[in-house]
Amino acid sequence: MSTDVTADRIPIKLRTEALEQLLVERGLVDPNVMDAFIKTYEKDVGPLNGAKVVAKAWTDAEFKARLLENGTTTVAELGFKGPQGEHIVVVENTESVHNVVVCTLCSCYPWPLLGLPPTWYKDPVYRARVVKEPRAVLGEMGLSLPESTEITVWDSSSEVRFFVLPQRPAGSEDLSEDELAALVSRDSMVGVAEVVVS
Amino acid sequence: MTVIHAASGVADLGGADGWGTAPVLDPNEPVFKEEWEGRAFAMSLLSMRISGANLDAFRHAMNRLDSEHYFDDGYYGRWLYGAENLLMDSDIIAPGTVEARATNMTGGHAEEPAAPEPHKPDYAPTAAGSIRVIDAPQRFRVGQRVRAKIMQAPGHTRLQKYTQGHVGTVAIVEPAQVLPDTHAHFIAENAQWVYTVRFDSRELFGPSAEQFSLNTDLYEDYMEEAS
Repeated sequence: MSTDVTADRIPIKLRTEALEQLLVERGLVDPNVMDAFIKTYEKDVGPLNGAKVVAKAWTDAEFKARLLENGTTTVAELGFKGPQGEHIVVVENTESVHNVVVCTLCSCYPWPLLGLPPTWYKDPVYRARVVKEPRAVLGEMGLSLPESTEITVWDSSSEVRFFVLPQRPAGSEDLSEDELAALVSRDSMVGVAEVVVS
Repeated sequence: MTVIHAASGVADLGGADGWGTAPVLDPNEPVFKEEWEGRAFAMSLLSMRISGANLDAFRHAMNRLDSEHYFDDGYYGRWLYGAENLLMDSDIIAPGTVEARATNMTGGHAEEPAAPEPHKPDYAPTAAGSIRVIDAPQRFRVGQRVRAKIMQAPGHTRLQKYTQGHVGTVAIVEPAQVLPDTHAHFIAENAQWVYTVRFDSRELFGPSAEQFSLNTDLYEDYMEEAS
């Protein structure tokens, strides 16, 4: 093992401030551009995008068919594209098949649909174990699947980004598209939770 | 800069044992739990740009960290350390500069190394992003049995250890993409077809493993026909 980062460990917060000060001072980085990046992922690009896709797929069979056939162009119809969304493949959960997504090598994640990944997705435990014992890992995370459900794990190793279309929950028949979108959790679109009517 | 660093393997976690209990979901967690995480996120993206690097080089800059730097400050910690590696690779900042500045910011006195003459990689992408349109025919087809090669050469790769040597079935032909193994080192884009390959869990982890399917993407260079 080797590292190019030298010297004693400096607290990461201080280290971040020191690097920012250096880069700004040398005119290499504009703090306003940094603010804009941060704001984009805090305010604009997040799991609400994915939830809109899911709700539309549940209520519009033609949209759903296009979504499963060509995820990238179909989510772009709703304006969702950008970094980490070059090629999006949508996989559908059914009574018989449950899909769950991971990136064992880093933490690749479909940013345009879900924003930046949550802590659990970046956790080394999840990255290490979900490709080897997904049923056990999902159980520990609160999702117990019937033995009859086949599990498919998707490990994102190229620039393809996988997005799970969760099952529409029982009891949601009378809900509008907006009401459905409000039910869809981030975690259900990665495959570690199911959508339930609250 | 075409120095190939040995892959430490620190990032290649798939299938590793001994990691303990799965994480707890927190549906209400903020995007950035602490302010520095957002600063590190944005600064890393910009550092990739000002270093003249690319996404694969950035991933490799993280993979070459030791385990302490890779894990101890979490996801945005490794982003920041990876970004610093890129900045040093391209001689944007000299080693020791950040440490000296941090010392000076906290009441100490340290000589800061002068800003070096930048040496960015001799490299220009042929297009934005990683997907490319190529003329080469697809060497593999959906349904074909293929083996993930055993590849242990030093340098960057996206071929996980846990798939190496194992046989699966091509499930999807994905768009052609630049090959991370050479792109990360600014040697060549080597755009090639990528395939989502489906493996049976027991092929990967033995007869007592949970029964499930594992799908992952293999670049054509990672694959060979399986009889």
